[in-house]
Amino acid sequence: MTPIHDRFTPLQRALHWIMAICILAMLFIGVGMVSTVRPDYLTLVSVHKPLGILILVLALIRLVVRLIRGAPPLPASMPEPMKLAARLSHLAFYLLMIGLPLIGWGMLSAADYPVVVFGMHLPSILPHSNGLHTLLWNAHRVLALCFFALILVHLAAALLHALVRRDGVFEAMAPWR
Amino acid sequence: MADRPTSNASTFRSLVLIAVVVAALVAAFAFTAGWLSPGRLTPAKIVNALAPPGGAALGFRRNHAKGICFTGSFESNGAAAALSKAPMFAPGSSSAVTGRFNLATQDPKAPDATVRVRGLSLRIVAPDGSEWRTAMIDAPVFPVATPQAFYDLLKASADKSDPDAMKNFAAAHPSFGNFVAWAGSAPWTGSFAQEQYNSLNSFIFTNAAGQDQAVRWSFVPAAHPEAVSPDQLKALGDNFLDADITKRVQSAPQRWTLVVTAANPGDPTADPTQAWPEDRRKVEAGTLVVSAIEPEPDGPCRDLNFDPTVLPPGMHVSDDPFPAARSAAYAVSFDRRTAEDKDYPHHPAGGDTQ
Repeated sequence: MTPIHDRFTPLQRALHWIMAICILAMLFIGVGMVSTVRPDYLTLVSVHKPLGILILVLALIRLVVRLIRGAPPLPASMPEPMKLAARLSHLAFYLLMIGLPLIGWGMLSAADYPVVVFGMHLPSILPHSNGLHTLLWNAHRVLALCFFALILVHLAAALLHALVRRDGVFEAMAPWR
Repeated sequence: MADRPTSNASTFRSLVLIAVVVAALVAAFAFTAGWLSPGRLTPAKIVNALAPPGGAALGFRRNHAKGICFTGSFESNGAAAALSKAPMFAPGSSSAVTGRFNLATQDPKAPDATVRVRGLSLRIVAPDGSEWRTAMIDAPVFPVATPQAFYDLLKASADKSDPDAMKNFAAAHPSFGNFVAWAGSAPWTGSFAQEQYNSLNSFIFTNAAGQDQAVRWSFVPAAHPEAVSPDQLKALGDNFLDADITKRVQSAPQRWTLVVTAANPGDPTADPTQAWPEDRRKVEAGTLVVSAIEPEPDGPCRDLNFDPTVLPPGMHVSDDPFPAARSAAYAVSFDRRTAEDKDYPHHPAGGDTQ
C-alpha cells in the first residue's frame, strides 16, 4: 500500500535508530554520572564525552541527508496543529542533537578542562570563563532534561501513530521493511 | 492512507500501553538519576556535608578554601620513564606548572595556625599539551578508607546532638587512628616550602612497553623542615604561610623532588589509610620548581579544578575508590563556586592576603 517514497530512506532510518539508542543511553549516563561518587562515575564520564562527539558527528551527517533527501509528507488525515507540532518537534530534535554536544564541549572548555576523546586532545572552543561555564552548565542540564521530555512525547506520538491512528507515520521510520 | 477503523476497546488498550511505556521510561530515568534512592551517596551530599554551620563561603572552594597560587615548572630527569610513558617524565623534558598551596579548611579566613593539614595542588602541562592534575596533602595517610567513611566522618564531626559521635566513628573505623596519631604528634612547620606533599591515593603507571605498576607519589621539599610549636605559629598572625612562601620565592625558586613509590604485589592500593612499608622501591622522577607566587584573587589557580583524575597517557586510576569520588565532588564544588563568581572578593579590602 505505502509507496516507497512515503518512507524515510534506509540511511535515514539507520541513522534515526542508531542515534535513538545513543541519545537515550547518553541521557541516562548523564543523570547517572552526576549522582554517584562510585568508581562508575569515571567510567560513565569516559563514555559520555566520546558518545557526545559521536552524536554530534552523526547529527551533522543526518542534517545533511535530511536537507538532501527530505522527509515523506505527513498524511492528509493529520490535523494541521498536529502537523505543526510534528515539524516543530523535528526542528527541536536537530537543535538539541547538535546543540547539546557543542554546549557540553564549550562548558568543558570554559572550565579549562582538557577535552580528550578517543585518545585525541580536542581544541578548546571557548575561553576560560566562570560566567560562560555557569551559563553553559545550566543550559546543558536544563536542555538535557527537555531533550528527555521531548523524547517521551516523540515516543508516545510514534506509538499513537502505530497503534491508534495507523496512518503510516510510524511505518515511515520503522526499522523493518 | 485512510485510518483503519478500530474499536474503542482496542484504542483504550493501546493508550494504556503507551502510558505504561512512557511511565516505565520515566521511572528508569528517575531511578538512574538517584531521585528514588535518598540513601545514595551523591557528590552533592559530600559537598553539602563539608559546609560549616554558617554555610559555605560563597565563591570559594568547598574544602581547602584558603590558598595561594604559584607558577613554575616540572623538570624531568627521565628516571620515571621506566614506570610511565607520561610525556612529563620524558628525559630532560620541562613542563609548565600552575599550582596552589592551600589549607584543608572550609573557611578561607581561618588563621593558618589553626589548620593541621596543608595541601599542594598542581596542573602540569607537558610540551605536547597533555595534562596531569594532582591534589596532595602533607599527612602521610588519609583519615578514612572509603568515600562513605569520609561522609560519615563529616557527619560525625558536625553532630552536636551526640557527644559520642566522634568516639563512635573512631571505634567503627579503627584505621582513622593512624591519621589521628599523625595529627597529634607530627611537628608543625612555619612554611609551605618545608612540607612534603603526598598523593595518598594509588594510581597505575604504564610504561612504553605496556607494563603496569601501582604507585603513590610524594613531593619532597628541598628546604629542611624546622619544627615550630603551634603557640609560636599563632604568634605569627593569621596569614604567615602566604607571607613566608611569597618572601622565599621572591628570593629564590623553591624546589621539591617528585618521588614515585612502586607498590609490591599485595600492597594495599584501595585503602589510603594504609601506608606502604618504607622499603618499597622509590624513583626520583624530577624537580618541581616554584618560581612565582601570585595571590589567589585573579591568580591563575583560582578557577582551576585540580581534579586528580585528569591524567596524561601512561597514568590511570587504580582500585582506590577516592579519585573517582574526588573528581565527582570537586566538579560539584567547581560548578557552585564558579556560579558564585560575583560573591568572591576579587580585590580584598584591607590586604586580606599578604
